[in-house]
Amino acid sequence: MSAIQPPAVRVWWKQPLDRVEGTWIAIAFVWCLVMFFMMPYWHVYGKQNLSNEAYRTTPERYQQKTQEIVDRYTVRTETDLKVPVVHPPAGSDVYLIARLWQWWPMLELEEGKTYRLHLASMDWLHGFSLQPENINVEVHPGYEHVVTLTPTRAGTYSIICNEYCGINHHTMASRLYVVKR
Amino acid sequence: MAAPQTIRPEDEADEPVPAMQQLLDNPFLLLFIGIAMPTVLYVVWGVMEIVGIPLAR
Amino acid sequence: MAINRNFRTCPTTGLVFHEQADRLIRWNAVAGVVSLLVGGVLALLVTLTRWPAVHLLPADWFYLVLTAHGLDMLVFWIIFFEIAVLYFCGAVLLRCRIAAPRWAWLGFALMVIGAVTNNVAVFRGDSSVMFTSYAPMGAHPAFYLGLILFAVGALIGCFVFLGTLVVARSEGTFHGSLPLVTFGAVTACIIAIFTIASGAIILIPTFLWSIGLVSHIDSLMYRTVWWAFGHSSQQINVAAHVSIWYAIAAIVFGAKALSERVSRTAFLLYICFLQLASAHHLLADPGLTSNWKIFNTSYAMYLAVLASMVHGLTVPGAIEVAQREKGYNRGLFEWLRKAPWGNPVFSGMFISLVGFGFLGGISGVMMGTEQLNLIIHNTIYVPGHFHATVVVGTTLAFMSMTYFLIPVLFRRELMFPGLARWQPYLFGLGMSSFALFMMGAGTLGVPRRHWDITFAGNPLGYEFPGTAYLMMGIMALSGIVAVVGGIAYLLITVGSVFFGKRIGGSEFKALSVREGRASPPAPQPVAAAITGHGSIGIGGFVAPGTFTLALVFLVAFVLYYFVNWKYLSTLWPLS
Ligand code: HEM
Ligand SMILES: [Cu+2]
Ligand SMILES: [Cu+2]
Repeated sequence: MSAIQPPAVRVWWKQPLDRVEGTWIAIAFVWCLVMFFMMPYWHVYGKQNLSNEAYRTTPERYQQKTQEIVDRYTVRTETDLKVPVVHPPAGSDVYLIARLWQWWPMLELEEGKTYRLHLASMDWLHGFSLQPENINVEVHPGYEHVVTLTPTRAGTYSIICNEYCGINHHTMASRLYVVKR
Repeated sequence: MAAPQTIRPEDEADEPVPAMQQLLDNPFLLLFIGIAMPTVLYVVWGVMEIVGIPLAR
Repeated sequence: MAINRNFRTCPTTGLVFHEQADRLIRWNAVAGVVSLLVGGVLALLVTLTRWPAVHLLPADWFYLVLTAHGLDMLVFWIIFFEIAVLYFCGAVLLRCRIAAPRWAWLGFALMVIGAVTNNVAVFRGDSSVMFTSYAPMGAHPAFYLGLILFAVGALIGCFVFLGTLVVARSEGTFHGSLPLVTFGAVTACIIAIFTIASGAIILIPTFLWSIGLVSHIDSLMYRTVWWAFGHSSQQINVAAHVSIWYAIAAIVFGAKALSERVSRTAFLLYICFLQLASAHHLLADPGLTSNWKIFNTSYAMYLAVLASMVHGLTVPGAIEVAQREKGYNRGLFEWLRKAPWGNPVFSGMFISLVGFGFLGGISGVMMGTEQLNLIIHNTIYVPGHFHATVVVGTTLAFMSMTYFLIPVLFRRELMFPGLARWQPYLFGLGMSSFALFMMGAGTLGVPRRHWDITFAGNPLGYEFPGTAYLMMGIMALSGIVAVVGGIAYLLITVGSVFFGKRIGGSEFKALSVREGRASPPAPQPVAAAITGHGSIGIGGFVAPGTFTLALVFLVAFVLYYFVNWKYLSTLWPLS
């Protein structure tokens, strides 16, 4: 009887397993368990885990908090749009706004120092994509995501948007500087 | 191979169908499981987590 | 009103077709192929725009065309064809009349109206929101309305299929359990019902929001529930194309499952766990905890991956056993070398199986790992992965099925048989290479859905490495090969259906319920009933060749998986 016909016997549940199948199922199951336990394992022993810390917020409130650090820690402005470059103290809370179609402000962080980076959108979804490091995080309106991160190599990085956010999605790009102390 | 002894469907009819096979033979029970599992584990659990997100300072 | 009980028997295959089922299957398949045609033209335009050296369309058109490509392919082509598959696995394989044909036609009409409405909304130009239509980015109300109508139509189709099972049981058109392939279709149908229900939960409020009756749609809630719809619909595809693999193995080789118990339990694992994996779309999102993410993204400890690995073994295993029983029993791979590689029904199915496993399966599990997702989320790796699953896997499986259906269902001889021999290779290999290079570019961070990765004129733009451009170029060239394969498919199917030589000898005749009853199953030799196969294989393994291939697969899987962990470990520490 082939697979497009009903099984030949009424009770097929009791047919013994084939050796090929039995062996493969055992191997595959072990592999599945390995993959499953890799995730909790990495939470304990690995260093790259996306934070679970998030809050509900509003654009106004988030804008205000970002403005505070811009007022306090701006070191210069860049481009014709005079985007402020913020150099916050090591270990502090850093705010980054995603909005159509800009990241604001620009950040300058210190190599080897840890920061609490807050991410939120003012309007639609955006995608925080840090290149060439290749760290990618979804940015929501109405939610404030707090990601603790430690830049380990000095240099000039790019933040591009990789969640489609309308007609100028491809123009949404910014920089992130990591400087030696 | 053994002598071609045969099972006639009638002889076999006495044999009870195992519970797992009964489950697999029942599309509507499967439908229930297939809706209930993801609804509870994915949708309900997920929505509860979203609703429980605290307010920012 | 009298029930239509006209049936015909196909003289070559012995399959029995109910008149209404026959017509419904044909119309659904045709609607699917029309969507594929539209989506295919759009695919070429999108590909030529993402080829940096060509950069064909302006930005607004690119986003519009990409939206339409996603919808016409992923939603309309696939689901129309899936409804045809459901009716085939229900009415035809069970030799039964289709339940409630009027409802089935109503469902079909709703699907057509929905698909057209949605396309009109997109091509008007104010609904370039991608098929995901993430709120709070809004589309024209007709966009959502079209999708809702389409979904309702598909839901009706699912219930017609379930109804057909009930009719078949009560009219006794088969004995015992459902055929394995029909059982796979039941799995697909169950997943489809969950999918559509989730779609309704999220799309109806979004529609109301678009016409101003609801004030706010939460973006995180939207993404969570939307993916219960968006990803589960990919799981319908998996269940459907796995069923088609089994069907083709049965049709071409007379293969039967190695064991009913294993294959059906694997489908049960799909029913229970496959849909949970929708969570892998939310791994980079705030607010959902790691507990939820890990449990769901892993299909509850990868039990559905286990099921796919089982099907990946049992389908070629069943073919191997059938071939060995025919005498191709030498060495590890004689059965495979002597397979009908010139028959597109087989070659397409086999490329679909291998491509789905090696390219789509491995990459999917990798990127569905909570932490590893950080390095690929929303890069072009993602479309690379799903073109391997839904194009090489599902679409190619459906294409090979049509080569079987044209003579059997449309009663026409296949036109251009020489081209048909090559079509699966062109399409399957072109698409595999396309997907592979997309994944390569994605590993370098190239974003998906992005009009200009050169950031021309933008002082803050990022300069991607030269390799990324090279990969995007090879991707586009491979995509063009695949498009040529797609054109070949359309030429062959449309040509045959309209101009192929008619095959006669199968007219519809009224058949009473009594005449339609299945005869009791023939007595089975005990040994055959139990193991099913005699003295074939090597070392107690009936399918040693398949087992070897499976081990090769596993090694590739393990290596690739850990290479990515290694890559992740070089990233800036995050917590
Ligand atoms: C010859 C065949 C095809 C080619 C060359 C092709 C090419 C492409 C390209 C270049 C993209 C754009 C990726 C991006 O910029 O993010 C894309 C997106 C997509 N394709 Fe295809 N495609 C083909 C067939 C298919 C088929 C058969 C399906 C579905 C069954 C499909 C489903 C999709 C989907 C869902 C997207 C994503 C749209 C979005 O991001 O919203 N494609 N395709
Ligand atoms: Cu953006
Ligand atoms: Cu964007």
